[in-house]
Amino acid sequence: MAVDDRKVGVFMFLPAVAYIVLLIGAPLVLAVLYAFSDARIGSVGFHFVGLENFRSILQSPSFRAALRNSVVFTVSSQIIVIVASSILSIVLEAPFRGRKFVRFLILLPWVAPISLGAIGWKWILDSIYSVITWVLVWAHIFKPYSAPMWLGEPGLAMASVVLVHSWRLIPFSTVILLAGRTSIPKEVPEAASIDGAGFWRTEFLINVPMMAPIISVAVLFGTIFTFTDMIVVYILTAGGPFDSTQVLPSLAFATGIQGSDLAAGAAISLFLVPVLIVIAYFMLRVAYRAEVA
Amino acid sequence: MPGGNLPKFGVSALKYAVLAIFAVLLAFPFYWMLIATFKQNIDLYNTDNNPFIFNLPPTLDHLKLLFLETRYVRWLGNTALVGVIVVFITLALSLPAAYALARLTGQWGQRMGIGIFLTYLIPPTLLFIPLSRIVAVLGLQDTIWSLVLVYPSFTIPFSVWLLMGFFKSIPRELEDAAMVDGLTRFGAFFRLVVPISTSGILTVVIFTFTLVTQEFVYALTFISPESQQMVGVGIPIFLVRGDVYFWGSLMAACLITSLPIALLYNIFLDRFIAGFTVGAIK
Repeated sequence: MAVDDRKVGVFMFLPAVAYIVLLIGAPLVLAVLYAFSDARIGSVGFHFVGLENFRSILQSPSFRAALRNSVVFTVSSQIIVIVASSILSIVLEAPFRGRKFVRFLILLPWVAPISLGAIGWKWILDSIYSVITWVLVWAHIFKPYSAPMWLGEPGLAMASVVLVHSWRLIPFSTVILLAGRTSIPKEVPEAASIDGAGFWRTEFLINVPMMAPIISVAVLFGTIFTFTDMIVVYILTAGGPFDSTQVLPSLAFATGIQGSDLAAGAAISLFLVPVLIVIAYFMLRVAYRAEVA
Repeated sequence: MPGGNLPKFGVSALKYAVLAIFAVLLAFPFYWMLIATFKQNIDLYNTDNNPFIFNLPPTLDHLKLLFLETRYVRWLGNTALVGVIVVFITLALSLPAAYALARLTGQWGQRMGIGIFLTYLIPPTLLFIPLSRIVAVLGLQDTIWSLVLVYPSFTIPFSVWLLMGFFKSIPRELEDAAMVDGLTRFGAFFRLVVPISTSGILTVVIFTFTLVTQEFVYALTFISPESQQMVGVGIPIFLVRGDVYFWGSLMAACLITSLPIALLYNIFLDRFIAGFTVGAIK
């Protein structure tokens, strides 16, 4: 019986595993092979060129900018997201009238397709018709036609993509933290407050430590979704102006697909891997701890 | 002074203020799409006008342009077709796999499940270059079938993971009793477990469908002709003529497409999140 069950089991999960191996495993291997070759769109055969691609991309100013920008983009948006979603999860926890509707409004950036949300922002940040500019001119902070171009100046463009990406991730992180909050046994914070602990002490000495695993889940997913994302950058700035918002995934796309240089594109995207491995390691630790407990 | 000692109405006023600020900031782009959808061009493109109100009567011109003179409807059709097929492939492969890992393979089934879940973390931006060649070699470039082939690679891992958790919550005794009554293991799975798992299956259907509508990178990479686009790429890339943005129609398309997806996703969000947080919440 048990042996039979195992056979049936293997038969039942094999198709799914085969699909994943063929469409994730094989391309992953191919990506590594490309990175050590001179493959271009249209080229035939495989020529091993060793570390040539890595040598040339490491010397390219665009790549260095992308690497630096990826770190800035990821770290700064994670900080914004975790602070904002912590606040939101606190105020959303207790039931109130209209909570469902407010929750829907807050979740919109996550549940709507991001390429469309980003286009909405492109209109909001438009160089001429930006509503933000209009408000600033109306408030006499800027003179008409002298307001900054939100997506046209390096520092502002970076700030814009960071904020739009944070806008997108805040709801996701909020819902995860809310789930964590509701799983804390209510007696603990209540006992603390009876013992005279105020809001801040209860938050930082009780709730935050108890939610540590769930906060780490939110940060780990958030980091992956940010570090490997190119949608917001591609739609808002396409990496510009002057590579000031170029990140690794958008540069890999520009080089490998638009520029037909598959080998260099693959080499650039391989720089995502170390971060993915670190994240996977921490995820496994969270999962393992849960299994033991 | 600690916040706990503040007067009660002060605390709740602060709470509602914070909520209101966040709700406005997060939902604003969608409100802005709504306004642009119905504004006349001479109102939309006049920086002297107050942009928050209708300075001229609202118009349906942008919607007419969108539905009658662009490929928007075609893109909706493409997206729905890909979504439905991918849902079927995902269910066909992940239902049996999840059941096997939850029930039949013992302790290493759980490990395998975590392994499959981790493949969900491998991003499209790492795979799109080799996949674009694979798609080209298979002759699927510039057709929606390239997406039908590739999308299950990210919908299956998460679906297996969700369904595993779901199957584990079904008491084992149910199947054991049915098998004593003469059903095979396979029979017990198809005739007993699948029918009582409708809510888990529905979650996977919605999740897969919304993921298909939200995907951008693969669709952008594999497909170039305007008529073959998915809605998520067609709108931001192809509703622009030359360098001219038709903001009214563009915003209308964003809004009309986003809202149904958002509503659907919203209903099931808590279950997806439960999938993300298994392990971190006891």
